Amino acid sequence: MTPSLETRDLAIRFGGHVAVDAISCAFRPGELTAIVGPNGAGKTTYFNLMSGQLRATSGVVLLHGVDVTTLGAPQRARLGLGRAFQLTNLFPALSVLENVRLATQAQAGVHYELTRPWPLRRALIERAYAALEAVGLEGKRERRAAALSHGDQRKLEVAMMIALEPSVFMFDEPTAGMSVDEVPVILDLIARLKRDASKTILLVEHKMDVVRSLADRIVVLHHGRLAADGDPATVIASPIVQEAYLGVRRGTAA
Amino acid sequence: MILSGRPPRGRTLQALVIAVTLALALAPFLFPGVKPLNVAAKVCVYALLGASYDLLLGYAGMVSFAHVMFFGVGSYGVGLALYGLGPSWGAVALGLAAGLAVSTLLALAIGLFSLRVQAIFFTMVTLAVSYAFNVLASQLDWLTGGEDGRSFRVPEILQPGFRLIDREAFGVALGGRQVSYYLVLVGCVVVFLALLRIVNSPFGRVLEAIRENPFRAEALGYRIVFHRTLATCLAAAGATFAGALNALWLRYVGPDTALAGSIQIATLVVVVIGGMGTLYGAILGAALFVVAQNYLQTLLGAVSTAAGDAGLPLLPGLFHPDRWLLWLGLLFILAVYFAPAGLVGALSREDDTTP
Ligand SMILES: Nc1ncnc2c1ncn2[C@@H]1O[C@H](COP(=O)(O)OP(=O)(O)OP(=O)(O)O)[C@@H](O)[C@H]1O
Ligand SMILES: [Mg+2]
Repeated sequence: MTPSLETRDLAIRFGGHVAVDAISCAFRPGELTAIVGPNGAGKTTYFNLMSGQLRATSGVVLLHGVDVTTLGAPQRARLGLGRAFQLTNLFPALSVLENVRLATQAQAGVHYELTRPWPLRRALIERAYAALEAVGLEGKRERRAAALSHGDQRKLEVAMMIALEPSVFMFDEPTAGMSVDEVPVILDLIARLKRDASKTILLVEHKMDVVRSLADRIVVLHHGRLAADGDPATVIASPIVQEAYLGVRRGTAA
Repeated sequence: MILSGRPPRGRTLQALVIAVTLALALAPFLFPGVKPLNVAAKVCVYALLGASYDLLLGYAGMVSFAHVMFFGVGSYGVGLALYGLGPSWGAVALGLAAGLAVSTLLALAIGLFSLRVQAIFFTMVTLAVSYAFNVLASQLDWLTGGEDGRSFRVPEILQPGFRLIDREAFGVALGGRQVSYYLVLVGCVVVFLALLRIVNSPFGRVLEAIRENPFRAEALGYRIVFHRTLATCLAAAGATFAGALNALWLRYVGPDTALAGSIQIATLVVVVIGGMGTLYGAILGAALFVVAQNYLQTLLGAVSTAAGDAGLPLLPGLFHPDRWLLWLGLLFILAVYFAPAGLVGALSREDDTTP
């Protein structure tokens, strides 16, 4: 089966610093890959290179077998790449519903529709409702995104990606900064997405118990390089993870 | 509502918008006389000019200095067509169509050329292009009449001498001026409603998204260069309509009525004191600004004379009618300081939900 997302020798340097160093890796439908590594390992940068927020210095990105290396983020999104950001990235002055509706609208390809006002677009609104329900924000639809608590903003971030209905989901620490009782909503949601064998899921996550319970495969980044790649049990047991990853982070086994 | 998902919020605000609209609709009967009707027509034109600028500034978050240029294209389009072809509706239509075509092409060129780079580059390009356009308009003497501009005749029904009916209606003689006024009013209302529909369309919401967070809008799949360019074109078309109607009202087109930098500044002031990103704000802002512009001098004159009569030092000079711009500037600063979200923002602050 062709990988839905693949990188070949992908690299980027910021000045003298190589943040992502020749990473070759392929992600397949039906697979949830956890990407782990210490702070500054290059996980977010690797994501940015794949989803088009950053352009690679060298190497290739393939999306569903198509070379998208020179395409921008909008085109990659249209090809089915969904991204939820580590640093919450919303439309602060718009309502929660409008934030998600912008995603369903993009998904439906309604870009330059000038004349049909929103109330006539029931289907898009219904889908936005569904996405909000999936993360438990249905009661806060009319709130301004900026007025939400941090945890709710994280949920909205995820709801926007769900509403985009991508074939490749990229979660960048979706539960970071959430209170303990808010986390399960997101994890259940990811578990549900995982049941759909046509979806490819990438998850950057620091919490090892989460990784263990969800991942089919773990990729370890270290200093911008791919340090390990394999099934969870093997990777977690490998010396490089024990030393380079688990060793440096406090509380990772919690 | 079919036109808008977001009616103006708050009772005071709704009442104000309705009151201003009603006053404009009944202006020939409520305020008969030459000057009041001029003021009312100017309010209409500035409301439309402001609303179309708001599409850029308030919704798309783009700063343009070329808005008055598009206004000028509309003015010159209709003015020169009537001047050259004689007073017929065909000439009006042709002039408007030509103006719209020129404006759209210019906006398209500016947008596609500059927006690929950075938003600030767009602002600088609008400044440069509108400057070049001004120079061109005053240099092409044979076409535009240069600094003197062109006076032209309008279709008969719009001419001041024309009598619609022989009797008076509600004590007002209905003639060409009244017909002209209603043409301006209806034109402005129709285009305003079209703009209202656009800002509340799916496209309008994308513009707001781009203003709020262009990075995220791109991650959702929106190609923001095209959205911004389309917004530039639509705003340009709105300004072109406003310019065409203004030229018809004045029966004259020249640099000072169609291209002056003061018009650009006035447009900005209208949008900012009215409230950015609301469209309704432009109606209130235009009413406030144009009335202040026209009656502040009278008011200052009265104050100045009164102060002089009372033998107070300094004050007569300070309130001299020629200082009206100073006072207007002061009012503007106070308005921005105490109501940064404009009149609409100040009047609709009722909850923490959407604007
Ligand atoms: N735009 C940039 N310019 C310069 N350096 C950058 C830039 N973006 C990232 N870096 C550097 O690249 C390295 C990798 O950063 P990145 O954010 O990808 O790490 P990460 O693995 O996501 O870390 P964390 O777990 O803290 O989120 C860091 O050293 C960072 O300082
Ligand atoms: Mg990161």
